[in-house]
Amino acid sequence: MDLQYFFELTLSGLTRGSIYALIAIGYTMVYGIIELINFAHGEVYMIGAFTGLIVAGILGTMGFPLPAILVLAALVAMLYCAGYGYTIEKIAYKPLRQAGRLSPLISAIGMSLFLQNYVILVQTSDFVPFPSLIPEFAFLEPIAHIFGSSDFLIVVVSAVLMAGLTVFIKYTKIGKAMRATAQNRKMALLLGVDADRIISVTFIIGSALAAVGGVLIASHVGMVNFAIGFIAGIKAFTAAVLGGIGSLPGAMLGGLFLGLAESFGAGYISSDYEDVFAFSLLVIFLIFRPSGIMGKAKVEKV
Amino acid sequence: MKGKISSFAIAVCLALAGAASADTIKIGVAGAHTGDLASYGLPTVNAAKIVAKQINDKGGIGGKQIELLVQDEQCKPEFATNVATKLVSDGAKVVIGHICSGATKAALPIYTEAKVMVISPSATNPDLTQSGQYPTFFRTIASDDAQAKLGVDFALGKLGAKKIAVLHDKGDYGKGYAEFAKKFIEASGKARVVLFEGITPGAVDYSAVVQKIRQAGADTVMFGGYHPEASKLVSQIKKKKMDIHFISDDGVKDDTFIKVAGKDAEGVYASGPKDVSDLPLNKEAIAAHKAMFGADPGAFFDSAYAAMLVAVNAVSKAGGLDFDAMAKVMRTDLVDTPVGKIKFDARGDAEGVGFSMYQVQNGKYVEIK
Repeated sequence: MDLQYFFELTLSGLTRGSIYALIAIGYTMVYGIIELINFAHGEVYMIGAFTGLIVAGILGTMGFPLPAILVLAALVAMLYCAGYGYTIEKIAYKPLRQAGRLSPLISAIGMSLFLQNYVILVQTSDFVPFPSLIPEFAFLEPIAHIFGSSDFLIVVVSAVLMAGLTVFIKYTKIGKAMRATAQNRKMALLLGVDADRIISVTFIIGSALAAVGGVLIASHVGMVNFAIGFIAGIKAFTAAVLGGIGSLPGAMLGGLFLGLAESFGAGYISSDYEDVFAFSLLVIFLIFRPSGIMGKAKVEKV
Repeated sequence: MKGKISSFAIAVCLALAGAASADTIKIGVAGAHTGDLASYGLPTVNAAKIVAKQINDKGGIGGKQIELLVQDEQCKPEFATNVATKLVSDGAKVVIGHICSGATKAALPIYTEAKVMVISPSATNPDLTQSGQYPTFFRTIASDDAQAKLGVDFALGKLGAKKIAVLHDKGDYGKGYAEFAKKFIEASGKARVVLFEGITPGAVDYSAVVQKIRQAGADTVMFGGYHPEASKLVSQIKKKKMDIHFISDDGVKDDTFIKVAGKDAEGVYASGPKDVSDLPLNKEAIAAHKAMFGADPGAFFDSAYAAMLVAVNAVSKAGGLDFDAMAKVMRTDLVDTPVGKIKFDARGDAEGVGFSMYQVQNGKYVEIK
């Protein structure tokens, strides 16, 4: 076994896994709180990428330096997408809060289709180049051929954001309220937690993270298109389920697990079956450990 | 007595029929003229009409007028055999068509049997010429494997490639290109296919595949597919600081590729249709179409016009409708057509038709002569 090749594949799996993890958090947080799979989440990621593109275009003509453009584009995309997340919840899910589980799911799929078509109409259905916003780090130069600046930034930013989010949920008041709502919404309500507000906050945080992912990944890949959210969304959803949907560390682990599995599968077996590896893994997990890596088996109380 | 009359009648009829066929040169035009695929077939009918009118106005071929026998088969193989039988029994010795590869394949055994010369403007299935089963078949369009052949010849000849990684997007078009490329590389014996893989369109990144290309030690990548995947691949190859040649197909020879891949596109090779719009005869043919039908011509008009011109040339140079004489003219005589000056190889493919190699230089595709 070639050790360097193994190392290269590990790093490429790490980058990919971080991407999945960043998007998976949005799925898992929303599921944790209202037990809804927000299929429009991938589209929020896509809108984040488009927002980043527009902002970068404007700032670029104004002559801002590259790192400033990246940071500002990401911040604006986060704000904008947070607004989208908030609005999507209010329009598509809140009115259905008391309905069965199927109705919000259908509403989510509708929202996803709506957002895709909206972007086709107001932007374009074509592929659009995304400027390379990530600067070349000098200290990565010796290993740039296996682990470039954009890979590095994606992994680091994902790790920092996840650590921050974990601290936020563990120690802040809103974080505590979120956990309480996730455990038992009725009880939380009785104890004075404003559940509607918590749900909105969840959507805002998840969407903002997806926007960061959108900007970073679009800059890494160099192009955006209205359909990028679909595949990324499906893969991130798979990651969330692998990790145990509803669990934050689970989403991170699931993302990394999926990224590494795809990378090794493509590297050692064949990239023809990349998606086959990803989804076979999902099937195997659903059969043998449906609650995922970190998920706890749910005990139904009678 | 009765028997005598009827045999006399038959003799008269035969004589009349013979006289009729001696008066005109019958050229069949077969393809889809109704149905879903009519837009592929009708421009060929128009091309045939234009050329026939021009020749007839000048007094025909050797004093004989051209008579077109237009037959519709909707690109359906079962209709194509009926049409072929009808054209053969109606006395056509030359057929322009058919349009779709499937219908052409179904009709060809009938023409082969009857030694009727068939010239298709649009049937691109490689087997039609390469199988050697249909010696009377010619075509004025490049076959489906022409791009892969061009790409491989270019990689081996001009670039001196020794280790080639062949990738595709798993779609019909891309995979077909990749499979032909692999076949040609292996047949040449000059280079090895070190990697043959499909990639997943729309995946978030291709770095694992790119690492695999490096691991395989490839000096050239041949990719069958379209520009979105190609631009992701080339930019990741550049990001990984790899210096290798990238050759692709018509699906990548698109300005969107250059727009999206930006400076990473520089140096990429892609094959694409030869630019024939500047040829004087091409302009003339389009002008003739506008004058006669009042609109711009449709799909395969150029190659149909070319097919009609080579057919007329073959008949007039051969001095008749004998297949062997006509075929000899087709294979040796260089004819000026709207798709360039062409003649045919032993298998019936037009030489000098089809694709050129282009390279991205300073943000533009430049034809490599």
